[in-house]
Amino acid sequence: MKRISWFNTVSLTLGFAFLYVPMLILVIYSFNQSKLVTVWAGFSTKWYGELMQNEAFLSAAWVTIKVAVISSSIATVLGTMAAYVLVRGGRFMGRTLFSGMIYAPLVMPEVITGLSLLLLFIGIGLDRGVMTIVLAHTTFSMCYVSVVVSSRLVTFDRSLEEAALDLGCSPSEAFRLVTLPIIAPAVISGWLLAFTLSLDDLVIASFTSGPAATTLPIKIYSAVRLGVSPEINALSTLMIAIVTIGVITASLVNKRQMVRQQREENEAGRN
Amino acid sequence: MTIPVFEPWNDPEAKPLIQFQNVTKRFGDFTAIDDLTIGIYEKEFFALLGPSGCGKTTMMRMLAGFETPTEGKIFLSGQDMAPVPPNKRATNMMFQSYALFPHLSIWENIAFGLKREGMAKPQISDRVNEMLRLTRLEKFASRKPHQISGGQRQRVALARSLAKKPKLLLLDEPLGALDKKLRQDTQFELMDIQEQTGTTFVIVTHDQEEAMTVASRVAVMDNGRIIQVATPDRIYETPNSVYVADFIGEVNIIDGTATPNGENSYSVAWKDGQAPLNVVSPNSLSDGQSCHLAIRPEKVTINAEKPTGVDNVVAGKILDIAYLGNLSTYHVELPSGAVIKAQSANTRRISRRAFTWEDTVWLSWTATAGVLLAE
Repeated sequence: MKRISWFNTVSLTLGFAFLYVPMLILVIYSFNQSKLVTVWAGFSTKWYGELMQNEAFLSAAWVTIKVAVISSSIATVLGTMAAYVLVRGGRFMGRTLFSGMIYAPLVMPEVITGLSLLLLFIGIGLDRGVMTIVLAHTTFSMCYVSVVVSSRLVTFDRSLEEAALDLGCSPSEAFRLVTLPIIAPAVISGWLLAFTLSLDDLVIASFTSGPAATTLPIKIYSAVRLGVSPEINALSTLMIAIVTIGVITASLVNKRQMVRQQREENEAGRN
Repeated sequence: MTIPVFEPWNDPEAKPLIQFQNVTKRFGDFTAIDDLTIGIYEKEFFALLGPSGCGKTTMMRMLAGFETPTEGKIFLSGQDMAPVPPNKRATNMMFQSYALFPHLSIWENIAFGLKREGMAKPQISDRVNEMLRLTRLEKFASRKPHQISGGQRQRVALARSLAKKPKLLLLDEPLGALDKKLRQDTQFELMDIQEQTGTTFVIVTHDQEEAMTVASRVAVMDNGRIIQVATPDRIYETPNSVYVADFIGEVNIIDGTATPNGENSYSVAWKDGQAPLNVVSPNSLSDGQSCHLAIRPEKVTINAEKPTGVDNVVAGKILDIAYLGNLSTYHVELPSGAVIKAQSANTRRISRRAFTWEDTVWLSWTATAGVLLAE
């Protein structure tokens, strides 16, 4: 193993400290016994216990998870379909425009996305609640799914689908029996990405949520404005944990797929 | 005892299994197939041979149903194939990349088409095992495609495409990914399997040796047209054009002017100062027509002394010797500057060879050794 020079050690430490010290402090203070957030008074998990008693937080958490699961599932279906058409649909008028447009929401400021959705919902007279948040989250997370899936489809050997057709599959059977199982890892990591994005989102949710449905990020944000309580620290720690698990799983799934793809390509190249 | 000769293309009664009728295929401005008409017969092993971009793959993809002709019709057993999608055709294809399904085992890969047919489980199992036996893959049934070698994968692809007992099997450069030794073995295996199953095979290849080895008939293609269709020996011995002669194997092309001097017999005037060549050729040429004499290097004899009683003889100097072990090819420069290749078997040890670089030698060939071509 190569030794890292002192300069690299310092820059690595600084960089990671910059990224993770704030979160680390939050996690540490979530185990603080004192009610005062900034004074350490010994280790305790009592705030986690209190959190479990807090009806408002629990219902917000339930809404958040419900929204994340539903919106990421719809986004996965729509995003995969969009990616498939854009990669496989052959040449059609405005194809380049469409593939550009599917990525545009990625760089669109969230405030604008949120505001435009709010105007739309008011315009068509849709009551804001769980449904509107689901719609809004589907809208923006769909592009991420589409990016992940289309990058997999680009390297997908077209003759596999032709072979399926040749052996008697209808086009939809070919997709279900051959294409989908092979691109499944990309679809799964797209879903996980959409799920974590939905879990995190504050801006768009705050535009599209109603009094009946508040998501956890909104709840935390409004609670913090009245003062940081150790309960919030505990809650945030739990969210960090969930998001971390989601991201790590997504990247592991993706990496495994990459390794396998690499191996198959190497073998194909060798022959 | 006579062995019946398989040549349905000479039988006016025989109906071709596949009939291309004035088929043209364009991609935008590019014409991939140009007004092509041809029949392929049952149990044939038919090779489409040509350089890349000559339209051979397009022809095959039209048979499989992945492309539709822009004009003209394709018939399979008398049925117009235009409205039939790939999954409803009695053809199967072996892909150049093999296109094995990576998420399925070898067994499942071979069973894939049978399951889609709705065949009962026991029959599927019997058929898959039969295919595994045929391609000697019994031991690998439960492996995934990435766990076997390239040659084995190629056999899986073949087994999978044969499992459904297609009327017609299409092979797209099937051996391209294999090394030379394995390719030669596999060529014979392919021929055996074709004979055992009695399936009609159409193979696309750019390797002329491969086409000559496996095929009952070879179609040489160029720019979307078939230049010549014939049995391998006729393609080699009596090419119909300089293109075919040049594409298949090595050849000397001598340009000249023909003068008929008997039935099918011509005197060909060529480079100044050289005696006219005597050629017997079935292709009829008019008096004074410019022509090309195509003659294979192995039909040119090389001698240190001037031979007597031969139809054609010229003198030259050895420019180059390509030593191939079993054979040597001599590049002999004539006084006019033309170079003629002569090939001879190395029946003696190299140290016993009668001539070497810069030696003056005599080249001779018979009147029937070459073919006289108009174009």
